[in-house]
Amino acid sequence: MARISRRKFLQVSGPGVVAAKAMGMAGILASRTAPAYAQGATVHWLRWNDFVPASDQLLRKEMLPEAEKALGMKITFETVNANDLQPRITSAIQSGAGPDLIMLNNNHPQLYADSLVDLSDIAEATGKAEGGYYPLVRANSNNGQKWLSMPWAIIGAMIAYRKSWFEEAGANSFPETWEAYREVGKKLKAKGRPIGQTLGHTFGDSPTFTYPLLWSFGGKEVEADGRTVAINTKEAVESVAFMTAFWKEAHDEGGLAWDDTNNNRAFLSQTICATLNGASIYIESLRNADKYMTEKGAQLRTDILHSPLPRGPAGQFTMHTYHSHVLPTYSRNQAAAKAFLRWVHAKPVYERWFVSQKGYATPCTAQWEEHKVWSEDPVMAPFKVAGRLGRSPGYAGSSGPKAAEALSKYIVTDMYAKAVQGMPAADAVKWAEGELKGVYG
Amino acid sequence: MAVAAVSTALGDAPPPRRRRLLEDERWLALALLLPTMVLLGLFIAYPFVRGILLSVTDSRVGVSGSFVGLENYYRIWNDGIFRTAVYNTFLYTGVTTVFKLALGLWLAMLLNRNFRGKAFTRAFILLPFIIPTVLSTFAWKWMFDPTFSVLNWVLYRLGAITGRINWLGDPDLAMISIMVVNIWRGVPFFAISLLAGLQTISPELNEAAAIDGAKPWQRFWYVTWPLLLPVTMVVMLFSVIQTFADFQIVYVMTGGGPANATHLFATYAYQIGVGTGLLSQGAAISLAMFPILFLIVVVQLLYIRRVEVR
Repeated sequence: MARISRRKFLQVSGPGVVAAKAMGMAGILASRTAPAYAQGATVHWLRWNDFVPASDQLLRKEMLPEAEKALGMKITFETVNANDLQPRITSAIQSGAGPDLIMLNNNHPQLYADSLVDLSDIAEATGKAEGGYYPLVRANSNNGQKWLSMPWAIIGAMIAYRKSWFEEAGANSFPETWEAYREVGKKLKAKGRPIGQTLGHTFGDSPTFTYPLLWSFGGKEVEADGRTVAINTKEAVESVAFMTAFWKEAHDEGGLAWDDTNNNRAFLSQTICATLNGASIYIESLRNADKYMTEKGAQLRTDILHSPLPRGPAGQFTMHTYHSHVLPTYSRNQAAAKAFLRWVHAKPVYERWFVSQKGYATPCTAQWEEHKVWSEDPVMAPFKVAGRLGRSPGYAGSSGPKAAEALSKYIVTDMYAKAVQGMPAADAVKWAEGELKGVYG
Repeated sequence: MAVAAVSTALGDAPPPRRRRLLEDERWLALALLLPTMVLLGLFIAYPFVRGILLSVTDSRVGVSGSFVGLENYYRIWNDGIFRTAVYNTFLYTGVTTVFKLALGLWLAMLLNRNFRGKAFTRAFILLPFIIPTVLSTFAWKWMFDPTFSVLNWVLYRLGAITGRINWLGDPDLAMISIMVVNIWRGVPFFAISLLAGLQTISPELNEAAAIDGAKPWQRFWYVTWPLLLPVTMVVMLFSVIQTFADFQIVYVMTGGGPANATHLFATYAYQIGVGTGLLSQGAAISLAMFPILFLIVVVQLLYIRRVEVR
């Protein structure tokens, strides 16, 4: 007769496990008993410093204490600058110790595929329950073999602009083409109100501007085979030449040294007229409505609108910053971390976090487009469909590890940055071609 | 009688083997050196050897990789950003060392005089060196901020400029900015070290030279400077090593930008190795500075020995 140890018995018969297996997250919540595998475990969750601080507060003060109670585990919540997430996961994987769940940007999970736990079970279940993920989500988080990361949110990249200033420059709506944007920008810079755009090494606002600019002129990193570097084309050179002139004529040239926070500060202090951003500028202007006033004495929030990037000769494109969580294989709390992911992705739980974002983050499935958040404030409406419009780095190939490496090295961004610093457009594209061949070769 | 009894007693009980070993100077020296050797082995030799092994593989983060010989070195040799980083590192080290030496020596000469509040001033001078580098560099970053630079504000108020100076967005100005911060931080180290050297020089030598009619500049050049040279060379040696491998100032101020224009060896190695996860290439970039640093150190040490013998 097989002997069953007390530990084994508890593992297979604990009410939490029974509930979890039989009824999923709803079962755990109903039984009020944490699954045995989570009892006493500690899950270390690493995320960025949210550009909507209220959401971090909500997690710290309300949601995570509730999770600890529901799951019977301790959760250590840590936030860092988003640009430090990659160094953190590199050192954690190499040393075999570190956070159990790590938030990553864009397609960065592809770089660490061999060191990540397969999250297909949770990702597929959540995607199915919510009507399926947007294509960009799968492109960034799935390598064709497994879900490398659990999709979390899309940070829609839209241009925040000053409605009244654009009107004064003759634009009653946001310019539809790059050329029209350049013309308005020229007038605005002449009035001391330039466009603000970073071309620095920073995770969000740089690549979400430069990649779509390249695509909208018909340029691309590689062919569809994902191996043949295809950036050195007439279209790419034209996009770089356009940007060089656009930069000098219409931009705040300090943008070369900006990170993702500088444009927020510049816009809120009214030194720039427009900038590609998540909705954090607008949300901050809502949060401190009386602090940010226009030169005419009105609340700044009343003078901010959002628009997608303009159209180029080859079409209109966007690339959004995408967030997902990875569970590294070194984690000794994999079961607990997965239990937490299931808990936090349960619709009523995730919804609380989503609402606190006020539209800054767009969920990863189309089902959320119906949420009332999107109808509460028309200024935020463009972000509702951000997930439908985004294209992923690595186009026309896949958004796999090579594309992630090119993105991490900021090759496309540097191509434009070098040109605006004086390198001829053709040379800048040639430089990028050499760098991309080093990655894809 | 008592003494004889004691010595007999000691003679009767031979010291234990361990104690006998420690009475042998060779074993004692080894025992005393052992902790240092273990520490150096663990924290210097092991990472160094590990770095060399890493640099001859195609390891990525989480993937151990296989042996590729010198491919990574070949790759970085053909990498334009690496060449920029090499040029920047030499420029950064050379320019800042000259300024730190000149300003540090000048400050040391001033501090070597007698004046009210001398002790306080000497302590105060060390502040830039004492404050954690990252903290002070963040303060500098704000001062050079493209939009809110206080330096621009002051220059504008004084009427010296009409528009903003793009301190960190222009490649040349960004390089000058990080050099300024490095000099600001490094001058106290030079000043205090050279001050210590100056205080070992007997005032009588200068007085004798003065009596013989030597002017202040001649007294400095023919008396003070030759006696200060050994200390200066040692200080320079430390400074060159530290500056060559500098990381924090560039990482915080520019992150190597704009468009990789201010990368040094260390920041570029970090970007490739830790940021992008290409560990073997990062190790190769790091190790590429070793032969250069080694050569500089050997030349300087030989020069120091020559100066000391003279």
